[in-house]
Amino acid sequence: MNFEVINMIFALPEMFMLAMACVILLVVAYLGKNSANLAYGLSQFTLVATAFLIYRSLGDAGFTFDGTYIKDAFSDVLKLAIVIINVAVLLYSTHYLKARGLFKGEYYVLAIFSTLGMMIMVSANHFLTIYLGLELMSLCMYAMVAMHRDSKTATEAAMKYFVLGAIASGMLLYGMSIIYGVTGSLELTTIASTIQTGNLDNTVLSFGLVFLVIGIGFKLGAVPFHMWLPDVYHGAPTAVTLFIATTPKIAAFAMAIRILVDGLGDVHQHWQGMLIMLSVLSMIIGNVVAIAQTNLKRMLAYSTISHIGFILLGILSGSQEGYAASLFYALVYSLMSLGGFGMIILLSRQGFEADKIDDYKGLHERNPWYALMMLILMFSMAGIPPLVGFYAKLTVIKSIIDVNLVSLAIVAVLMSVIGAFYYLRIIKVMYFDKAEQNTALEAPTDMRIMISVNALTVLALGLFPGALLAVCGAVFL
Amino acid sequence: MFTDLPLLSVLIWFPVLGGIAVLVNGDNNSFARPLSLLISVLTLVLSIGLYIGFDNTTHQMQFAEHASWISVFDINYSLGIDGFSMPLIILTAFSTVIVVVAGWEVIKDRVSQYMAAFLIMEGLMIAVFASLDAILFYVFFEAMLIPLFLVIGIWGGPNRVYATIKFFLYTLFGSVFLLLALLYLHHVSGSFSILDFHDVSLTMQEQIYLFLAFLIAFAVKVPMWPVHTWLPDAHVEAPTGGSVILAAITLKIGGYGLIRFALPITPDASMALDWLVIGLSLTAVVYIGFVALAQSDLKKLIAYSSIAHMGFVTLGLFIVFRIFANSSTGSGAVLAVEGAMVQMISHGFIAAAMFLSVGVLYDRMHTREISAYGGVINTMPVFGGFAVFFAMANAGLPGTSGFVGEFMVILAAYQANFWYAFLAATTLILGAAYTLWMVKRVMFGEVANDNVAQLKDINQREFWMLASLAIIVLAIGLWPAPLTEIMHASVEHLLTQVSESKL
Repeated sequence: MNFEVINMIFALPEMFMLAMACVILLVVAYLGKNSANLAYGLSQFTLVATAFLIYRSLGDAGFTFDGTYIKDAFSDVLKLAIVIINVAVLLYSTHYLKARGLFKGEYYVLAIFSTLGMMIMVSANHFLTIYLGLELMSLCMYAMVAMHRDSKTATEAAMKYFVLGAIASGMLLYGMSIIYGVTGSLELTTIASTIQTGNLDNTVLSFGLVFLVIGIGFKLGAVPFHMWLPDVYHGAPTAVTLFIATTPKIAAFAMAIRILVDGLGDVHQHWQGMLIMLSVLSMIIGNVVAIAQTNLKRMLAYSTISHIGFILLGILSGSQEGYAASLFYALVYSLMSLGGFGMIILLSRQGFEADKIDDYKGLHERNPWYALMMLILMFSMAGIPPLVGFYAKLTVIKSIIDVNLVSLAIVAVLMSVIGAFYYLRIIKVMYFDKAEQNTALEAPTDMRIMISVNALTVLALGLFPGALLAVCGAVFL
Repeated sequence: MFTDLPLLSVLIWFPVLGGIAVLVNGDNNSFARPLSLLISVLTLVLSIGLYIGFDNTTHQMQFAEHASWISVFDINYSLGIDGFSMPLIILTAFSTVIVVVAGWEVIKDRVSQYMAAFLIMEGLMIAVFASLDAILFYVFFEAMLIPLFLVIGIWGGPNRVYATIKFFLYTLFGSVFLLLALLYLHHVSGSFSILDFHDVSLTMQEQIYLFLAFLIAFAVKVPMWPVHTWLPDAHVEAPTGGSVILAAITLKIGGYGLIRFALPITPDASMALDWLVIGLSLTAVVYIGFVALAQSDLKKLIAYSSIAHMGFVTLGLFIVFRIFANSSTGSGAVLAVEGAMVQMISHGFIAAAMFLSVGVLYDRMHTREISAYGGVINTMPVFGGFAVFFAMANAGLPGTSGFVGEFMVILAAYQANFWYAFLAATTLILGAAYTLWMVKRVMFGEVANDNVAQLKDINQREFWMLASLAIIVLAIGLWPAPLTEIMHASVEHLLTQVSESKL
């Protein structure tokens, strides 16, 4: 028998995070109600230390755990982004939780486990590893949505999320089993080489592919599998919405790339058509329905759907450049979404959620700085230069023009014009309308700094997008 | 001594940084106005350096700067100016000074933000004219919308929100097609340099699509009939400064875009579709002239007159193909393009002056209805003198800059087709009709009511603001040669570009 020494160093950040998650779990279990502050501190330490570990190991690449786990440039970049953004997520959400008596250690335990799930998804080279990571991530999030157990909307949202999420997982598993039936393997690298060499039954392969795409569509929130998204974003406590809206999208994007590109890249022509439909529908439904929303969280949910449409555009182009563009878009989206929901949390307080668009009336009079930060975020989401959201759209559209899908590019730019309308409305409300209330806007210092850093990063990356674009491009070389 | 100074970068970033400084300084002290004036005057002085150092004899890009910006896509920070962009940059710098002075006493609310918006916009607009990289151009082209959107929305009139959102979405709609065209050109040429785009060969079908994309983008900006409807709304609701910048600069970006992109990149499509642009331009000149006649709102009237005057610019640019077809020398073509350019510059000054004059009246009476006025010249003789002078210039009186551009274009149009010249020349009648009729109703006659009777004449600030414009309008009108000499080499080069087929 041949024993292979497992090179665990490739999974060191995950192992560290797992160990720390168990420590935090124990701390919370033993200290009970007094554990929240300690759990928060430990979680932030875990995330920062993990980021450091990932940073230390940049450049190493290889397989481990018998080929089920991969460490490459792609996983490094995404993990680093996930961990860093989650530091900000926890920072924002802590104040929200404190103000509403939800400040409990469990939130942090779930958040760290969920982050671990995302990291596993990002590094998966095997269908089962993907599934393992996905479920770890999702189950924690179902629980987080339901954390505010006295809130009817939150419970309802959790229920919807759970049921639809379970269906999506089921679809994905079914698709995986069919692909396994055709190729005889669950390992993505082997699947890719089998497809490349063997004469496989294309009909069955496509059949399996359909279910995989449905599963991915569900997790990303692409139309027509988007129904859970607005309800969950709206119903969940804003702190949890913030969590769901940012890094899990990066993880879902990673899953899409791992399955469709790494595993099934050779049948690109089969999944391209499906993604075109998902992408166009997402851009249309997301942007058009967002116009009708009066609730900012719901509006941002539909805006997320439209952004997902753009991310899919990059993937479906099937070129290295397109993958890099959609990676860039996914990172940028998370950053903007972080800021958007962060701003809702910043302006909310006990008994006032600041989630209606009318709540932003006259924000410019009440606090010009916050209004300016929100302005930057909204213009960036609308894709107006010189903000980073523009380059996200630019690179994606460039990649599809380069593969001669010009008509798709026309749809994309028209939809971004429609999209601009509802972002402009937020700016209109903030800058052109009179304030209806004059309560002082108080926020703790760390949050004020965080929102400023967040929005100014969007601006700075817009002025100098070269470095991040270069990183994204290098990942797929 | 100044040869090492990256003058264009300074002209772009100095007002932007100055605007940020004004913004940071805030409204708690009285520095906002003097600081803005200082920055805008310094920028104007620096921009004169472009004129002094400019070499008339070449069409090559001058004051060129080049630095890598986004290396993955080979997008560069590359700047340079020729005879088309240089006068427009100076016009921008000049207009901003005027806007700062015009807002001095009028803007009482959030002064620092108002001034900062215009200073930042100044830098962005100069950058639009100076960019030689397509994406750089697009970034500034779009970024410019943000301050203008806020200016109209915050300091505008009662219906400002509708007007500003309409303005923003309209122009955004146009410009996304520009983006597609630029990306497609990159796909074909492998470069984002505008000068490389000029040399890329394209099939007729490609050219037609690209040309239509350019036309949508820039026709909205110019604005050409029938995509002009945002302009009257935006003008009416905008504060005086916003109207001045809209009329003087942003409309010119449309004309400049046609010169920089549509004509040299897609010459064959421009030739094949010149009937479309000529038709729309003549419609603007004639039909919009009649529309202007029917207006009861001062600003709306001037807005429509702007559209009619910009019709001359697009007409001048696109009759060159007909002139080439009719004569072998092509001297008329030079006249047409130079006429279009002179018309742009001249309209920048005259329209600014007209909007400032309306602003002067509006600040005192708080109405723009023509019927609310009458006999203003009795109570405001000095102002009346200026207003009548600018109205004459607007109507194209010989001796003012308004005459030069229109006359050059009409002369050239005669070489293309008699009927073009005939229709274009109706503006001399229509323009005179709507402008002079307005002057008659507002300025002359008996003092109409008590409000007019109590009007005070213009103060020193307003006097110098209008006087400086009057001097320039007169100077260009009497001696346009310095202006045409600057652009001559570039115009010739453009004409060789458009006369060579790319197929």
